[in-house]
Amino acid sequence: MNLFGIFSQIEKADPEIGQKMDFSRRKMLKTTSVAAAATPMFFAAMVNKAFAADGCAGDAIAIVKYALTLEYLERDFYRAGQFKAGLVPSSARPYVVQIAKHEAQHVDLLEGVLGIKPNAMQPKYNMDVLAAATANFPTFLTYAQALEDTGVRAYKGQAACLLEEDTATSRTVLAVALRIHSVEARHAAAVRYMRDLRVWPSGGQNGMEPDPKIYAGEDQASQGGANLVDLFNMMENKSKLYSPDMAARSVYESFDEPLTAQQVLAIAGPFFASTPA
Amino acid sequence: MEELTSTSTPKKGPSVPAIPSVERRMFLRALGLTTVSAAAFLTACQNSMNEIAPTISGARISADGVSFGEGDFAILNYAYALEQLETAFYMAVVEKKTFAAGSKEEMIFKDIHDHELVHREFFKAAIPADKRIGELEFDVSSIDFTNRREVLNTARVLEDTGVAAYNGAGPLISKANAIYLTLAGKIVSVEARHASLISSLLQPGGGLFAGDYVIDNNGLEKMLTVSEVLSRAGKYIKTAINPASLLALESSKK
Repeated sequence: MNLFGIFSQIEKADPEIGQKMDFSRRKMLKTTSVAAAATPMFFAAMVNKAFAADGCAGDAIAIVKYALTLEYLERDFYRAGQFKAGLVPSSARPYVVQIAKHEAQHVDLLEGVLGIKPNAMQPKYNMDVLAAATANFPTFLTYAQALEDTGVRAYKGQAACLLEEDTATSRTVLAVALRIHSVEARHAAAVRYMRDLRVWPSGGQNGMEPDPKIYAGEDQASQGGANLVDLFNMMENKSKLYSPDMAARSVYESFDEPLTAQQVLAIAGPFFASTPA
Repeated sequence: MEELTSTSTPKKGPSVPAIPSVERRMFLRALGLTTVSAAAFLTACQNSMNEIAPTISGARISADGVSFGEGDFAILNYAYALEQLETAFYMAVVEKKTFAAGSKEEMIFKDIHDHELVHREFFKAAIPADKRIGELEFDVSSIDFTNRREVLNTARVLEDTGVAAYNGAGPLISKANAIYLTLAGKIVSVEARHASLISSLLQPGGGLFAGDYVIDNNGLEKMLTVSEVLSRAGKYIKTAINPASLLALESSKK
């Protein structure tokens, strides 16, 4: 499965998609979610064709390509930010430099896994969206958080796929994916810390995010069939919490939820050019 | 794939984080990072549990100790043990008033405590009683709770260790129970967020939140073997444990 094929197929299937996705910069800032919502049926249709029902991006190689697409986006987003004069204040530079370094390393590593040349699979971006995302530092951080939290959820969503595939390749990719996953979570927390937000996504405490789909389904009362909110509303457990009145929030925050490949593509879609140049 | 394989090979022997030199000595003392070789430890376990000195690697290892059980239950119990330790540590920090009442740091440690408690109780609910290890006893008296920096650094290393333990144990889960891997994945990223947050308290505005000591040149976070994890965390576990089944599971997957 070629992820980039999806975007070109999108274009073939709907000649107007280019116009639909070519949001103006102002519109993008204000109504990204609305704009993205203009294409969901189309994305859903494409995605349903391309992906299995369990949310897997495909086999281990397809998952690497999927991950690589997201890593390219992260790397190039941070590069755009780093090289835009005056965008990143010096106080935040060590954070941004460290994160950008890891994203570039992830791209190199995943390209190495696929045995392709540097940037051989680099996608084309919707430059209007990238420009909007790096318009000013608060907006840059908002998008950085969106990409990092989405990245965490994306890797998490593929782990079981890799374990179940159980091939030499999938086992190797799984070990790598888990070790990237936790790095993305460190980044996400750092960006949220810079934004003076709670570092765990839940309860809608995510600041102004560009797209509500990023945090869809984050607040889960039950895990593995056990209703933990009910459990912690029982006095014997509630009394052990330092913030008993926030029992539900603590439960939600204690578990980061996965996203399917379909969900991630619906979020990331607007960043990519609809027409390969 | 060659390059990938070589980069994902776990480092041999106990790994001491390349933490800032000023604090390094304190860490070694505070965390009991011993130089006992993990390989020697593993061999010793396989030879005879009874011959192992009770203090090896800082943990109390005994043939009569608490066993982690078989198969996926061994992994779940391993995670349950670590969550128990983290809960006990954060509770001690709050109870011993390392941070001023109402301070930002105290609030953060209370929040993290509550997350670890949720994790602990989740595993307690998820593992059937007849397969579950009991409540372990801990001894954190080696930590100077009046020393803010020592407490922050201990918290950081515990979180780093937790993340690396999950990263190392995840692939050991059987494919029949892939749901356990998803559940572990939901927890490990929260632990990574804790590590990042604590590091930001230690080094505001710096790169410690995802430092080079814990993330390699391929952008990959550490993964640790069971022996490496026990050599870091074991000194706080007062209850005698018998990790033989867990070690056997790990070596069978290599």
